[in-house]
Amino acid sequence: MKTTTHHIARSSDRQPVSVEVKGLAKTFGLQHVLTDINLAVKPGEIFAIMGPSGSGKSVLLRQIAGLDLPTAGTVLVDGHDPADPDTRDRYALALVFQAGALFNSLTVYDNLALYPLEHRLCPKPEIRDRVMRALKVLSLEAALHKFPSELSGGMKKRVAVARALVMEPQLILFDEPTSELDPVMAATISELIATLRQHISVTTIVVTHDRDLALTIADRVAILMRGKLVSVTTPAELRTLPNSDVQDFLNPKIDLQNPRFKHLEVFS
Amino acid sequence: MKRIIHETCDGIGSAVILAWRAFASLPTAPRIIKRVVEQAYLGSYTSLPIVGILSFFIGAVLALQAGITMADISMQNMIGTLVGESMTRELGPVMVAIILAGRVGSATTAELASMRVYQEVDALETMNIPPERFLVLPRLLAVLVFMPFLSMVGIVIGWIGGAVVCNYVQIINVSPEIYFRSLHQYLSATDLTHGLIKSEIFGFVVVLTACNTGLRTRGGPREIGASVTRSVVISLILILSLDYVITKILA
Repeated sequence: MKTTTHHIARSSDRQPVSVEVKGLAKTFGLQHVLTDINLAVKPGEIFAIMGPSGSGKSVLLRQIAGLDLPTAGTVLVDGHDPADPDTRDRYALALVFQAGALFNSLTVYDNLALYPLEHRLCPKPEIRDRVMRALKVLSLEAALHKFPSELSGGMKKRVAVARALVMEPQLILFDEPTSELDPVMAATISELIATLRQHISVTTIVVTHDRDLALTIADRVAILMRGKLVSVTTPAELRTLPNSDVQDFLNPKIDLQNPRFKHLEVFS
Repeated sequence: MKRIIHETCDGIGSAVILAWRAFASLPTAPRIIKRVVEQAYLGSYTSLPIVGILSFFIGAVLALQAGITMADISMQNMIGTLVGESMTRELGPVMVAIILAGRVGSATTAELASMRVYQEVDALETMNIPPERFLVLPRLLAVLVFMPFLSMVGIVIGWIGGAVVCNYVQIINVSPEIYFRSLHQYLSATDLTHGLIKSEIFGFVVVLTACNTGLRTRGGPREIGASVTRSVVISLILILSLDYVITKILA
């Protein structure tokens, strides 16, 4: 893996972007999903957002990608609103969806080639080169002509990562990149995310509850709990953070003497 | 009731915006020709058998119903005019539009709704490929291209259906020569133009409704089914109510 990532060409004219989130809040009806989120991600940084399921991580990521409008507050990508079409024209922004979100009517090759083709980034042979390089990085050459419905969950996820690589993004957002993957492939993807910025100028935001991924590769880790930002620290500081909720989340123990589940007797 | 009015206005508004955004990306049309052709093929060529069968029987039953009565008052020589005019101005365009809503409209809504539900539309947006240009415009252009042809086919087959019935049903007993002479005598180019204008508008409305309903889907797989139903129902209502309005305007 490490030996093949150099195939991705460095796009020298592109600079990684900063991401700034100020006073962000999102409510769905009466439900407050996010409250008063403040974040500043530096250009080129690998920033992990961790938190239990349902803490609003994916919603936050969608806000940063400009897919949903915030109820209050602002998101700025290099000082611009990510939901604005002009911002999307100016910056290449990739979001790797948790379930892949591959185009089901297109083959793997066409999924990857769509972005450069639609935006006329380079001539067709060059697009083919780019696609093949990205497929090689994720060892997906065999899937080239398959349709997404013929792939396993893990392969779909790798295709989604490959599709993001082809975009040569300045900002790449990962939504649970290692869920559904076996431990080896999860480690491979973690390595890929960590080494990506050596090859393309990219800012990376990873939403995950994979502790190994976040603590090993991230420059800083934000902990999100019940829609609120609990801490933003380096991985080293996080391990010693005096917050029992955070430590419980990071180091869950299986306690058979005092199980967390109550009322199981209804089944007996 | 308040909710229904609110949702109706919301739907109409988003359909107008959708059409506006789709046609705003019209300058990129040369790049989507391949997709337009693909959609036109799917929408028209594959609809031909059903259009043929339904139009034939519509023409046939029209000739049969009217023919028996007209034979009573010895007016059967005029039957070609009646079937020809009805098919051209009214039944041809309406029947083809209804088939379009059932075949193309439902399929389009299902496809776009599942793309929305499974985040493919979100993926397009993050890739800065507007769904209006990538998904909606090719379908709208395709329907505008093939709708007149498809209606023409329906109209002509309807005429033939009427002719066959007139020739073979004993009570009516009008030969094809007399049938087509009377058809030709009163049918003008204006009638045909009116019919084709109608079908063009119907086709556009059906596909726009289908795209709009599909893209507005929120939730899970169940909502995909609900959206398809809604799309077809709205299309049918729009076809028949617009039919009255257009007829009134053109008359």
